[in-house]
Amino acid sequence: MKSDKQLIDETGIRSDGRKPDELRNVIIKAGVLHRADGSCYLEWGGNKVIAAVYGPREAIPRHSQNSLRAIVNARYNMAAFSVDDRKRPGPDRRSREISKVISEALEKVILTDYYPRAAIDVNIEVLNAEAGTRCAGLTAAGVALADAGIPLKDIPVACAAGKIGATEEDGTFTGGHVVLDLGKEEDNFGNADLPIAIAPRTNEILLLQMDGHLSSDEFERALDYAIKGCHDISKLQKEALLKKYNVSEGDE
Amino acid sequence: MTISPVIKKDYLNQLASDGKRADGRKMNEYRPIVIETDIIGKAEGSARVTIGNTQVVAGIKMAIGTPYPDTPNQGVMSTAAELIPLASPDFEAGPPRENAIEISRVVDRGIRESDVIKFDELCIIPGEKIWLCFIDIHIIDYDGNLFDASSLAALAALLTTKVPIEQHRESLEPLIEKFPDIQTYLDTHQNDYPLPVREPPISCTFAKFNNTIVVDPALDEEEIADVRLTVATDEKGDIRAMQKGLNGSFSVEEIKNIIKEAVINGKELRIKLKESIGR
Repeated sequence: MKSDKQLIDETGIRSDGRKPDELRNVIIKAGVLHRADGSCYLEWGGNKVIAAVYGPREAIPRHSQNSLRAIVNARYNMAAFSVDDRKRPGPDRRSREISKVISEALEKVILTDYYPRAAIDVNIEVLNAEAGTRCAGLTAAGVALADAGIPLKDIPVACAAGKIGATEEDGTFTGGHVVLDLGKEEDNFGNADLPIAIAPRTNEILLLQMDGHLSSDEFERALDYAIKGCHDISKLQKEALLKKYNVSEGDE
Repeated sequence: MTISPVIKKDYLNQLASDGKRADGRKMNEYRPIVIETDIIGKAEGSARVTIGNTQVVAGIKMAIGTPYPDTPNQGVMSTAAELIPLASPDFEAGPPRENAIEISRVVDRGIRESDVIKFDELCIIPGEKIWLCFIDIHIIDYDGNLFDASSLAALAALLTTKVPIEQHRESLEPLIEKFPDIQTYLDTHQNDYPLPVREPPISCTFAKFNNTIVVDPALDEEEIADVRLTVATDEKGDIRAMQKGLNGSFSVEEIKNIIKEAVINGKELRIKLKESIGR
């Protein structure tokens, strides 16, 4: 992808004023819906997402049940008004794929063998989209799962890193900048995007996707950035949960 | 019906015979209402409405399109409501079912038939280019009375909508040669401007159980209700839309009383709506 926009200047300041390893502003609130078993509202830059967890409850239809463990159904959905040109309501190929990879990531940290034949439903609703909705959605889902009291090995958290501003007209690669947490313009005009989700206690990778073009060195740097970003967000997740349950850090 | 709803029903009926409600409200009292607008950056207009625990988000998107052949100089609106599985353990994913369709159609009628949107002002070139206005309603937390919450959210979003001409200017400019009138339109509309609207009707929903009629039924009350009536009234107190739901019935006398209550409650809701949009 050719970048016809100056996304980063000589001093390493990005078009939205951030440093290369700086996250957008993240706000997390746990327990925002009364009906759901667990829920979370999350703002990440311009992204606004809500996640709600229902379950464990009997999995229906019957044939979807697993006699050994619970099944995890994440459903990522974008509101029609969440993007520039109205999106037709209902799932499309993109949201089905995202739902699948998020389900798989969450399944790894949920102690699913506690609940044979059950389903744990995780609904992720994107109200306003601005680059990085899958990371925002998975991060919100992590908090909602904890809020629902689902036994977890860890609270999953996601973040992306990427590369911006580097390709010449003829397609040759010149000194791209690896940056943390791509914003809207960077996502549209950047060279690479690498969203990951991890279990922060062990740094196990739960989700990994990439598109674009990275050298091995750049990939390693991007992965370092993304993991560091995950750890920063992970603190905010825990703060949100502590806040809801009225425990100050010191009383733990 | 399983056991717990039967117990709940007896309890609520018992309370109702003493003139009480489970959450301590009077029969003609709404739960607390909060209306916030401009919450979705990508939408041309947006609002979040909570009525008690019920929570609804509405967003407006606008685009340029072609008019219907029978109304060549009028804009077009469409309304969709989604009962997303986030909001209730009983909502399932998938295309809208009966309930979602009923909500979107009732909200749509309230807006369309009262000409809340000045459709003729959404015409750019008669027969060629008009504005499309999409109202999308997302139910995110379900504790009853989705009709009023959805219609308030849709109205609050519409009344704060800006027509996004700045964003669409480029797509119209190439058409100036073919339709010189576009130039006039672009000249008179340099910047995004408020959607042309009229004073809207406000809807109030009532439910009847155990021969008691309550306004703003909570989910518990809705679940045991025999019959439901939504009445939309305008600022003069005239009736602009109605919808009866469920398989029970009302007497003529009851309907008349409901309409009176709808006018009174409608006035209060109208004040709330206006305060929230800063008018």
